[in-house]
Amino acid sequence: MADAITREQVAHVARLARLALTDDELDRFTDQLAAVLDHARDLEALALDDVPPTAHPYPLVNVLRDDVVVPGLDRTEVLAAAPAVEAGRFRVPPILGEEP
Amino acid sequence: MSPVPGSALALARSVRTGERSAVAVLEEHLAAIEAREAEVHAFNLVLAEEARRAAEELDRRVAAGEDPGPLAGVPVALKDNLCTRGVPTTCSSRILDGWRPPYDATVVSRLRAAGAVVVGKTNLDEFAMGSSTEHSAFGPTRNPHDPTRVPGGSSGGSAAAVAAGFAPLALGSDTGGSIRQPAALCGVVGVKPTYGLVSRYGLVAFASSLDQIGPFATTVADAAAALEAIAGHDPADTTSIPEPVPALSAVLDAGVDGLRVGLVVELCGEGVAADVAARVRAAADALSAAGAAVEEVSVPATRYGLSAYYLIAPAEASSNLARYDGVRYGLRVDGPTTGEMMTATRTAGFGPEVKRRIMLGTYALSAGYYDAYYGRALKVRTLIMREFEAAYERFDLLLSPTSPTTAFPLGARTEDPLAMYLSDVCTIPSNLAGHPAISVPFGVGADGLPVGVQVLAPALGEATMFRAAAVLEEAAP
Repeated sequence: MADAITREQVAHVARLARLALTDDELDRFTDQLAAVLDHARDLEALALDDVPPTAHPYPLVNVLRDDVVVPGLDRTEVLAAAPAVEAGRFRVPPILGEEP
Repeated sequence: MSPVPGSALALARSVRTGERSAVAVLEEHLAAIEAREAEVHAFNLVLAEEARRAAEELDRRVAAGEDPGPLAGVPVALKDNLCTRGVPTTCSSRILDGWRPPYDATVVSRLRAAGAVVVGKTNLDEFAMGSSTEHSAFGPTRNPHDPTRVPGGSSGGSAAAVAAGFAPLALGSDTGGSIRQPAALCGVVGVKPTYGLVSRYGLVAFASSLDQIGPFATTVADAAAALEAIAGHDPADTTSIPEPVPALSAVLDAGVDGLRVGLVVELCGEGVAADVAARVRAAADALSAAGAAVEEVSVPATRYGLSAYYLIAPAEASSNLARYDGVRYGLRVDGPTTGEMMTATRTAGFGPEVKRRIMLGTYALSAGYYDAYYGRALKVRTLIMREFEAAYERFDLLLSPTSPTTAFPLGARTEDPLAMYLSDVCTIPSNLAGHPAISVPFGVGADGLPVGVQVLAPALGEATMFRAAAVLEEAAP
C-alpha cells in the first residue's frame, strides 16, 4: 500500500473535488486522512490476489422495463428549484476561458 | 398478538375503528413535540399544519366507512434526506438551502398510502455522514434519555423523535449503521432491511451500494408493520428486488425454538465495552432459554469491515456528491466562471465531515491509488460476503452488539474522526454484505443508558430475524 498521504496530495485532491481549503484545513485534513488511511493498512495483511472485487451486494443485471411513455418530472417545478434559469434552461456563468 | 398500548399499531387500530380520531392522535404527539423539542432538537422541520390537514382527511374517510390502511392516523417522522414534494429537504446541509424536491420518495408515498401522517423532517449528520448527529448544519440532536449525550447517528433525529414520544414511527437510512446505532443509543427498535428490499427512489444518495431505508419504532411489531408498508419492488429503483415482500407481522409469534444462532466473537471482543458485552451474552441466554441453539462463531473478515467501509463509502460519496455544483438546485455562490462558481458553492455549502469524506473518497479513487485502496476494499467486501455465507450454512441468525458503547457525551468524538468511525464497527459488515439486521433494546449499561443487541440475517432473512427480535423484546429487562 502507498506511503502516508502528504499535504501536497491533499491539496491536489481538494482541487479535483472542487473544494477550496484554507491552510489550517489542509493541515488538519492531512493529519485526519492519514489516520484513517493508516487504519486501512490492516487490509495489507490479507491475501487478496485471487479474490474478485464486489462493487454491489445484489447480483442484478440488465434491469429493463417496457418501452412505454411515462410522464417525467414537471419542467417548471424542476427549474423553479434552480439558482438561476433563462429561457427554460439552467443558467451558469461563462465556461470558456477557464483552466481545464 | 394484540398491540402494545400507545404503539403505532394500537393507535392505528383505534383510528380504524373510529374509537379515536386521527386528529386527536396527532394533537397528542404535536403536544409532546411542543413540550420537549427545544431540548431534544429532533426535527429540522415540524409540519403541523400539513399533518392536521392529512389527519382531518383520514377522519373524513373513516367517517365515510373507508379503511385508510394498516397505519391509519399514525404520526411518522422522516429523516430529512427523504424527498418530500414541495417541502424542504435539507440533508442537514447548507448546500441544499431552499431546495424543495419536485417529487416524493417512494417510501413517503407508501407510508401515506398506508394511512400514516407525516409530522416532520428529522435532523441527521450532514448527508448521513456521521455517528452522532453532531455533524448537522443546524446543530446537534440530543439523546432524550440524557440530553448531555448524543443520540447516535446519522439518523439521530428519527431515533430521538421515537424515543421522546414525538412519533411512534420514523424512517431513517442506514449506510454503515445509521439506523441501528442510534436506535441502540436511544433505546428503540431500528431495522436495516436487505439491500434492495426497500426502494431508494427519493433517498438522497450517500453511498449507493450500501444505503438502505428502514424504520424506527418502539416495538418490534410496529417495526414489522412499517417495513411491510414501505417494502416491495419499485420500477423507479433499478436495484429494487423484484420479489414479493416476506410476511413479517404474521410470524412474530413463531418463536425461536430450534433456530441456530451464532454469537459473532469478532464483534463482541476488543473495543466493546464490558457492560455492553454482558447485555449481549444475556440476550444469547434469552434466545437459548426460548429454545434456540446458541454457539460462538468466528467471522474473521468482519474485523476488516471498518477499513473497507471507510474506503468504499467515501469513494461512492465523492462521486454522488459531485452533483452539488450550484447549477440545478440548492445553494449557489457566484463566481466569474462556472468552475469558480462550483468551487465557491461547494466550499461554502459542505461542512467539514462531508469535505473529509469527499477528499478521502476522491483520493481512494484517484490515479495511482485506486488499486491500493478502493480496489482492495472491494475484494475485502467479497471476503466478508463469503464468510457470512459460510456462517449461514451453520446458523440461521447471528448475534452481536449494535454499538460498542452506550451513548457518549456530546463533543467526545467530533475532533477524532477515526474514534467516531469506530462507533460503526459492529453494524458495517451487514451493509457491505447487503444483509438485513435489527437492533433491539435489551436493558441498560453501567451508566443506566440503553443498550441494543443486533440480530443479523442473510439476504431476505427478515422473517426469521423478526422472530428472534420478538423473543428478545419479550425477554428484555
